[in-house]
Amino acid sequence: MEIKPITVCELNKYIKNKVDSDEFLNNVYVKGEISNFKLHYTGHMYFTLKDESAIIKCIMFKGYTPNLTFMPKDGMKVLVLGTVSVFERDGVYQIYCKAMKQDGMGSLYEEYQKLKAKLEKEGLFDVSHKKKIPMFPGKIGVLTSSTGAVIRDIINVSTRRNPNVHILLLPVPVQGEGAAEKIAQGIRKMNEENLADVLIIGRGGGSLEDLWPFNEEIVAREIYNSKLPIISAVGHETDFTIADFVADLRAPTPSAAAELAVPNIEDVKYDIYMYQNRYKVALKRKVELMKLRYEKCMTRRVFKEPLQKINERAITLDMLVKSIKNSTINKLNEAKANANKAISKLDALSPLKTLLRGYSIVEKDGKVVKKVEDVNINDELKIRVSNGNINTKVVEKVN
Amino acid sequence: MEELTFEQAMQKLEAIANELEKDDLDLDTSVKKFEEGMKLSQKCNQILQEAEKKITVLVNDEEQDFTLQKED
Repeated sequence: MEIKPITVCELNKYIKNKVDSDEFLNNVYVKGEISNFKLHYTGHMYFTLKDESAIIKCIMFKGYTPNLTFMPKDGMKVLVLGTVSVFERDGVYQIYCKAMKQDGMGSLYEEYQKLKAKLEKEGLFDVSHKKKIPMFPGKIGVLTSSTGAVIRDIINVSTRRNPNVHILLLPVPVQGEGAAEKIAQGIRKMNEENLADVLIIGRGGGSLEDLWPFNEEIVAREIYNSKLPIISAVGHETDFTIADFVADLRAPTPSAAAELAVPNIEDVKYDIYMYQNRYKVALKRKVELMKLRYEKCMTRRVFKEPLQKINERAITLDMLVKSIKNSTINKLNEAKANANKAISKLDALSPLKTLLRGYSIVEKDGKVVKKVEDVNINDELKIRVSNGNINTKVVEKVN
Repeated sequence: MEELTFEQAMQKLEAIANELEKDDLDLDTSVKKFEEGMKLSQKCNQILQEAEKKITVLVNDEEQDFTLQKED
């Protein structure tokens, strides 16, 4: 008896019933990575979920999308809850998703938040700890991969700003297992061997997972303890890695980091030129000031007629001499007059005058006799007359 | 002057300019400051001239010249 063929539709319906009746398939919890995600204008979400070796179609009806906590994007690792069923028309089985959350990525993000909070509380992000970037670093240390755009941009920008710049690249892996340790070691090496004056650490953009080494604690601590100032240029403009928070300065891009680290030589030369100008102007003004004061002095009379002062002095000198002379003469005359007066007075009173008039002075033993009682009979007396003495003896006393 | 770092030298240039522009310096000190400033600024220019470009990479503890690979 001939086997009767069934139609495609019947076959698909059969398979759908088979699948719908399977307990396990009614409630599956699947882990995978989203790809060719499409948000349909109807609000339904169409995407496929894949792992290294397989893919499966998925659909999330508009009704379930509101309780999503994130916007699904290709490359995102997610966990999906749904029912597997068959879309008869296309003979395709797919997951009708009811809920979806980020997988790993989610936990990675939480880990990032936790570490960030912890380090922040510890004060690793404190602005007060951040070191100043030297204005004229001699040597720029760069920690990034030796291939790729980061080092290229840094070199281009630096050499444009300062053709004689000295850049030392310390190649480090910027992604994947062990990268964090290498980066940390690199920072420590630069410090211990003092290989540069400022460090730039960075990498190109990428997913949170790609940037993960820069979110690791050992890198954060190494940056914090580095005595060399560190500029970090990791990932995207907006989302910061922990390294960015701990670094002394965060640059949005590697080129910006180079601009912050390397001064533009022309500007420096211009500054120096300006200083020289300021010196010249200041000195010129000072000299002019001094000249002015000098000239002002010169106009003073004392310089115009230097002798004038001397003449004045001479005149006063003469006057003084004259007055001295006069006063001495006067003093002399005065003294003379006084002397004469005294002499004449003396003459008048002089005993000689009285002697001339006939009086005499009687003396006994050099003492003038004034009364009879002063003498005794037979005493020898001396009588002084105007022109000599007469020696006598007392014969008689008559009161 | 050698022990001054470039940054310190530039700060000194600024300091000398300010002193010279303050009017309380006598002529002799002004001249001395002027010469000091000019000498220091020439020194700075010289340092800029002498610096020479070096792009190196650390390969097992040795600094070797580093060249960017050609763009593909």
